[in-house]
Amino acid sequence: MRVQEKIIEGLLWLSAAITILITVSIIWVLLSESVLFFSEVSIVRFLTEKEWTPLFAEKKFGIMPLVAGTFLTTVIAIAVALPIGLTIAIYLNEYANARFKTFIKPLLEVLATIPTVVYGFFALTVVTPFLQSFIPGLAGFNALSAGIVMGIMIIPMISSLSEDAISAVPRSLREAAYGMGSTRLQTAFGVMVPAASSGILVSVILAISRAVGETMIVAIAAGQQPRLTLNPLVPIETITTYIVQVSLGDVPHGSLEYRTIFAAGMTLFVFTFLLNNLSFWIKKKYQEKYD
Amino acid sequence: MNIKHSKLEAINLDAYYGDFHALKNINIAMEEKAVTAFIGPSGCGKSTFLRTFNRMNDYIDGFRIEGQILLDGRDIYTNDVRVDELRKEVGMVFQKPNPFPKTIYENVVYGLRIQGIKDKKILQETCEKSLQQAALWNEVKDKLDKSALALSGGQQQRLCIARALAIQPSVILMDEPASALDPISTAKIEDLIYELKKDYTIVIVTHNMQQAGRVSDHTAFFYMGELVEYAKTKTMFTSPKDTRTQNYITGRFG
Repeated sequence: MRVQEKIIEGLLWLSAAITILITVSIIWVLLSESVLFFSEVSIVRFLTEKEWTPLFAEKKFGIMPLVAGTFLTTVIAIAVALPIGLTIAIYLNEYANARFKTFIKPLLEVLATIPTVVYGFFALTVVTPFLQSFIPGLAGFNALSAGIVMGIMIIPMISSLSEDAISAVPRSLREAAYGMGSTRLQTAFGVMVPAASSGILVSVILAISRAVGETMIVAIAAGQQPRLTLNPLVPIETITTYIVQVSLGDVPHGSLEYRTIFAAGMTLFVFTFLLNNLSFWIKKKYQEKYD
Repeated sequence: MNIKHSKLEAINLDAYYGDFHALKNINIAMEEKAVTAFIGPSGCGKSTFLRTFNRMNDYIDGFRIEGQILLDGRDIYTNDVRVDELRKEVGMVFQKPNPFPKTIYENVVYGLRIQGIKDKKILQETCEKSLQQAALWNEVKDKLDKSALALSGGQQQRLCIARALAIQPSVILMDEPASALDPISTAKIEDLIYELKKDYTIVIVTHNMQQAGRVSDHTAFFYMGELVEYAKTKTMFTSPKDTRTQNYITGRFG
């Protein structure tokens, strides 16, 4: 009996340990390969050069075009997902009746289960042609439709987490607002949303982190041309798509070109790591304390 | 019972939560500028009844009423009544203090803000006046821009009363307003109720017999969804007519 307990405890410990070990090894690989990269290309060059052409004869190693591409698609995605997601959350909380809510919530989550490659083709073959019908200058591959579709993909993330945050606001506050003669709209925007703001902010940060790391949609629909621009109508490349491009290509293992993906990966990791920690910190610091 | 002028009335009122018959054929008329206390054991329907006067039960799925609730002789459950307008007339103070997570000042002027009043002078004057009425001004006048959540429970409750007073209702419903407070804060709230009845019609739900005896002019005893007895507080506490009332106020059950 005691032995059995020990074995089970050991197995549980092992599964926890393996998870941590894997994370640590990933960081180790990223770090060690990046260090080799930065021994040849200085960090200053990496951060300040305005072009990213490691695969060309004349090599430039400025990460900024990839960061700009990532930033652009992420901003577009959030601009789509935040208003829609928050509206849905408010609607579900303040207006929808309980039965409709239990029906619609799982339906929304379906959006999150669609494979991203499907979203990518949706962006390329439906959204881009549609947008081209009234934006004449829009290239076949562009940041705009990739960003919009990415936004659609992360709507359930924002709506679901924001809805949780709003429904965690104590009922007594809603009653206080109604008791003062607030309309539903005034209650929602004047009391519930501000009281749930930390949770809503966390949902947005997690959504940003998801958008920054998103690969397939941008790989398919945004083109693969690193370009230092904030123009959403032209092809761009994000950090993630660059990594895909090189990983699939015939770059020799161990070469400088090969190591660029670790430097890019490191950059990406730093971004998402900071964002996740920021959300964790906000959650902890601003968790409303109404007992 | 003779009443000078009835501010609130319920006529043949029945209320249901789904299949549960929560209030059974209630008939009552409440006097203007007086305090009426609702007493009775938990689950007797007194809070449900209180909340029919500002239609706070409207948001509960499956809740419905039959019969009439009259405010100044006007039925408040007809379709042309806007609940948000009604609640400006019938204010409410809840069991647990529930200030908004905003500053003290913003809490008090909240009701004016949602009515679109932006004039700073009006807001400031109303804020001071309401806090004074709620006997809180002296304690908070130097920290109006501090969070309301930093106040003590008793202060928060008086802040909630000030917030309700700021929109000048004619009726104030109080749902066990002192049950979550210490004795000193409770005494302050009771003094306040005594002051406020000069200008307001107050209906208070309470579990505390002594409190009902101290603050109210009339008392209504509810039991299992029925209004068992309604009389002048003095009369009810000295010579209750119904044995159930007698048993309850002498503490034999409850």
